[in-house]
Amino acid sequence: MGTIAPPKFELKMGAATRDAYGKALAELGRTNPNVVVLDADLAKSTKTNVFAKEFPNRFFTCGIAEADMVGIAGGLAEAGKIPFASSFSVFLMCKGFDQMRVAVALPKVNAKFVGSHGGISIGEDGPSQMSVEDYALACGLAGFSVMSPADEVSTRALVFRAAEHKGPIYMRVGRPKVPVIYDAKDDNFQIGKARVLIEGSDVALIGCGIMTAECLRAAETLAAEGISAMVVDMHTLKPLDTAAVAAACRTGAIVTAEEHLLDGGLGSQVARAAAATSPVPIEYVGIHDTYAESATPEELLEKYGLTAKEVVAAARRVLKRKR
Amino acid sequence: MNGNLPELKRIANRMRHNIVKMIGAAGSGHPGGSLSATELVAALFFKVMRHDPKKPAWPDRDRFILSKGHACPVLYCAYAEAGYIDPALLMTLRKLGSPLQGHPDRRFLPILEASTGSLGNGLSIGMGMALAGRLDQKDYRVYVMLGDGECQEGQVWEAAMFAGYHKLDNLCAIVDYNKIQLDDWVAKILDLEPLAAKWESFGWRTLTIDGNNMQKVLDAFEQAKMTSGKPTVIIANTIKGKGVSFMENNVEFHGAAPNPDQVKKALEELDKEAAVLA
Repeated sequence: MGTIAPPKFELKMGAATRDAYGKALAELGRTNPNVVVLDADLAKSTKTNVFAKEFPNRFFTCGIAEADMVGIAGGLAEAGKIPFASSFSVFLMCKGFDQMRVAVALPKVNAKFVGSHGGISIGEDGPSQMSVEDYALACGLAGFSVMSPADEVSTRALVFRAAEHKGPIYMRVGRPKVPVIYDAKDDNFQIGKARVLIEGSDVALIGCGIMTAECLRAAETLAAEGISAMVVDMHTLKPLDTAAVAAACRTGAIVTAEEHLLDGGLGSQVARAAAATSPVPIEYVGIHDTYAESATPEELLEKYGLTAKEVVAAARRVLKRKR
Repeated sequence: MNGNLPELKRIANRMRHNIVKMIGAAGSGHPGGSLSATELVAALFFKVMRHDPKKPAWPDRDRFILSKGHACPVLYCAYAEAGYIDPALLMTLRKLGSPLQGHPDRRFLPILEASTGSLGNGLSIGMGMALAGRLDQKDYRVYVMLGDGECQEGQVWEAAMFAGYHKLDNLCAIVDYNKIQLDDWVAKILDLEPLAAKWESFGWRTLTIDGNNMQKVLDAFEQAKMTSGKPTVIIANTIKGKGVSFMENNVEFHGAAPNPDQVKKALEELDKEAAVLA
């Protein structure tokens, strides 16, 4: 491990991914008349209200009735529309799960679901509003593609990819403002194709959602210690980019980082793919079998171990286990 | 499809024959709720709905969703009778590789409008289709058949509220009110009454009829078509197991197949009815 060039990333604060979603939906609505948007009385929060304002005839608020909303989305898709249905991730996935299974996954219809307020970074509203199991639930729906973009640029691009994709989609977006990772004009995003943000040779840090930026910050700290860390933005959890995981394995050690329970999320997906190729030691950053509480997002991320500091600590642990 | 009344009754009788035979051959299934709904489904497919078996994907077709998916034998029999599927397939019900799955599954039978079986889902899906029809300025109608026990699902009432509020008059729900669910009589499990008043209070036009009386069934669907400004629900009072004496009003035949002797007896009874209808 010699000295390495510092990562080229300079993280500037950008928009929340939910804001990027709202803007992208409206943009999509201008070019695609088949796009229909549904919400369950959270349009001001999920930002589908941007679309609603511009296309009132193609927007339906379903009331606080997520199960019904998911079923309606299934029917709209059966009849040739491209529905985007949104609510908080936790309500969309937990209250709409049977409907996603029966009205969407089983017949494999072309419906899109975008859950906002993913993870614990929503802050003060507390755990009943926090989605910490949505990746696992969505990955448990056969035929679904599951995404968790890290910034406004990738969110916009992936909303467009979602509309172009024939089949069901779940995407998580978040409440807080997040750093911009990609160049504003970057549209090189494909469902199921990870982005390598930094090449590295000692360890691979694989993140999704808000944890991708933490991986970048961690890589900077590690670089100062002479550790060369690869950073991968795994914006798609399913289908997983197994080639990217194989490349990560070639560093000999992996850290995954996600704002999700460790059960059934990014870490599980990556571990399964790694084990199927050339297994290496893996350490997991995520939420350890618990629900969070009310506090500021920063306080919660610190308390529940979702920071660059934790990623660095996990990298040091995994490097000790490296063969 | 434009059957007259005697012909529709003969079709319903033939469908009942096939329901008994196919569930008997499968060795499992739900005869009671298939037999109760036979007149309703026959009326839809052979008189009421605009559809064409030669063009199953016709965008302007009326849609029928069997939300009470466990009664799929009655739907499969209608498909066979109408010419959508080979009648020989009926005897493959529930067998490996058959398009006639134990509950409706579009992966295996694409002419199905929806995959159903988890109760409570069908009305929401139907509303999505009705909304799409409205957006596209098409005049197709959407029919969704619910079970009575199914009306215990909360999602049904979420959907009922939405359709009433949005005045979806291209939508018609049918409750096959045969009064029996899996464990017992509906009134002993979780009574639905006053059922018509519930739907009315959700903004629906409500028609309560004898759902095993073909003429009354036809009249109700005609009234539903003429209704503007609100969705219609037909609360069809039916007899579970209708047409087979020992299955009628018998909780045991909600979800149990007749054995070979029972199949024979049932078919004899249905043959007698057929002779009267001939």
